[in-house]
Amino acid sequence: MQTSPDHNVYWKTNLKLVGGCLAVWFVVSYGCGILLADVLDRFSLGGYPLGFWFATQGSIYVFVGLIFFYAWRMNRIDRRFGLHEDAEG
Amino acid sequence: MDLQTLTYLVVGASFALYIGIAVWSRASSTGEFYVAGAGVHPVANGMATAADWMSAASFISMAGLIAFLGYDASVYLMGWTGGFVLLALLLAPYLRKFGKFTVPEFIGDRYGSKAARLVAVICLIVASVTYVIGQMKGVGVAFGRFLEVDYEIGVLVGMAIVFIYAVLGGMKGITYTQIAQYCVLIFAYTVPAIFISLSLTGNPAPQLGLGGTMTDGSGVSLLDKLDQVITDLGFAAFTAQKGTDLNLFLLTASLMIGTAGLPHVIVRFFTVPKVADARTSAGWALVFIALLYTTAPAVGAMARLNLVETIQVGEVGSVTGNLAYEERPAWFRNWETTGLLAFEDKNGDGRIQYYDENNASFAAQAEAFGWQGNEMVTVDRDIMVLANPEIARLPDWVIALVAAGGLAAALSTAAGLLLAISSAISHDLLKGMIRPDISERKELMASRIAMAGAIGVAGYLGMNPPGFAAQTVALAFGLAASSLFPALMMGIFTRRVNRTGAVAGMLTGLLSTLLYIFWFKGWFFVPGTEMAPNTPDHWLFGISPEAFGAVGAMLNFIVAQLVSRLGEAPPEHIQRLVDHIRVPGGSAPPLDH
Repeated sequence: MQTSPDHNVYWKTNLKLVGGCLAVWFVVSYGCGILLADVLDRFSLGGYPLGFWFATQGSIYVFVGLIFFYAWRMNRIDRRFGLHEDAEG
Repeated sequence: MDLQTLTYLVVGASFALYIGIAVWSRASSTGEFYVAGAGVHPVANGMATAADWMSAASFISMAGLIAFLGYDASVYLMGWTGGFVLLALLLAPYLRKFGKFTVPEFIGDRYGSKAARLVAVICLIVASVTYVIGQMKGVGVAFGRFLEVDYEIGVLVGMAIVFIYAVLGGMKGITYTQIAQYCVLIFAYTVPAIFISLSLTGNPAPQLGLGGTMTDGSGVSLLDKLDQVITDLGFAAFTAQKGTDLNLFLLTASLMIGTAGLPHVIVRFFTVPKVADARTSAGWALVFIALLYTTAPAVGAMARLNLVETIQVGEVGSVTGNLAYEERPAWFRNWETTGLLAFEDKNGDGRIQYYDENNASFAAQAEAFGWQGNEMVTVDRDIMVLANPEIARLPDWVIALVAAGGLAAALSTAAGLLLAISSAISHDLLKGMIRPDISERKELMASRIAMAGAIGVAGYLGMNPPGFAAQTVALAFGLAASSLFPALMMGIFTRRVNRTGAVAGMLTGLLSTLLYIFWFKGWFFVPGTEMAPNTPDHWLFGISPEAFGAVGAMLNFIVAQLVSRLGEAPPEHIQRLVDHIRVPGGSAPPLDH
């Protein structure tokens, strides 16, 4: 298989999406759960200090959402570039 | 029916179910043995991955760690779930597209090098064997309590069960057994959590109950109450941070990168039919994992509260404030026989004093009370989940269920690890390097023999464990993070990294991490061979051995890039392989070789 210009654009689109998702991944866990936890703990959510909530609950919910979001977007991108597996039977 | 009989029945029934499934779905070809014929539905694979992934550490140890470390244990929650984001975005779809049997096989093909494949096999075996120690310890604890025998005998019984189970299995059998084990373990984990959450806060969802208000009429929130009860005894507050930001940060990173680099998890994504399935399957896996992981903080916090309130029955410092040893409840006596809970009457008053004797600012107060040291001389963290239903006085069937759940978690992960180890030996070493012309039947036999050897080694190490089960497991993560993950990721995301770069990087990551761990934990974990005490003031920049994997991974990335740039770019056909795995179309089933 040769690298066609289409495949290069496809790969760059993928990298951008991965980068965006990983930015969110970083912010909710390392950001809200660790580095900013002290600051966020001044607020509360459902009886939890907010930083503690991100570290023990919130980050996990966001992770689940992120993976499904990525899978959904990638399926659309695959189709747009004609690379979806169903297209080839 | 007494508890003992009931537990035998429930655990026995669950074992009969697993062995029945393993017999019914026995593997007959290497394709079925290694990757279940690549025909597993993504949701089913997600559930199997969750059981494969959630080990004795997740089921037994994690809530125990949370109970005693509080906020700081959230690194395990974030680390062990956040890794699935890396796996879904950076590895799983591409490795599925590559479409062969093992993780070292990808590294060998991508870098065109048997040496790289061999380094990957060594990394895989070291990481998986370290990881299996934690499972053996979990099995030992659960069996020790359930059969009421010594810990060592518990480990031996566990080894025997795992042996029968793993040799019958193969990936096809393991997949369907793991689905059953997931159902058992999640039911066993959430039922007591719901009961306890209801009784303490009136809210059946533990995720909400942990933030709820106590039903004892005080109007105090559960977390505030817990913070107050334990700080009164000199312990650090539950919600407060104890470790440094840097160490928590790096430990989380090590656990995340390690999760994504663990071969027994990666290989589960070789079993789905398509690349798109690998992406969604990772999401389903995390849904099933999150059910337990978001419950664990509530289990840990509520277990700690119940434990302290059992012992500290009245006002701190008053004579009758502490439970009389003769009046200790039945669960206390049961756990004493396992040696995992121990009391020593230091001040001879016949009552139990449980407080933080290492807290200098609390020492004067404790002395004024006539306390002469913490009398709960052993409270093994690992017993918290197993003892929790008894402490909360739940019905006997719930206690029996928890024993079955703990064993399901440990056995399902052990089976996955043993499969990864044995396929590395039979497929990568034997077929890939020593005897390429070996027949399929002999390869299957070799894989089963390799399993038996691995079980023996794991059992020995399980009896001489380097730490609590979750921390033992944390070491495996450091190794997977520092050696395998960077090699896999660079193999997909850069064309430029070549054979020498990859090997140099993997060796740097692996050796630096091993050295750092052995330095503080003893060479090969042999007690007494530590080069420095394993305490924060001796650690490099305050980085704990468990958190060093992320540093090893960075070293791996840097060395691999530098060395690759000094040499030539990989040959044309390798670069075409990289282009091939980057696009999803045309993934062949991994059975054509």
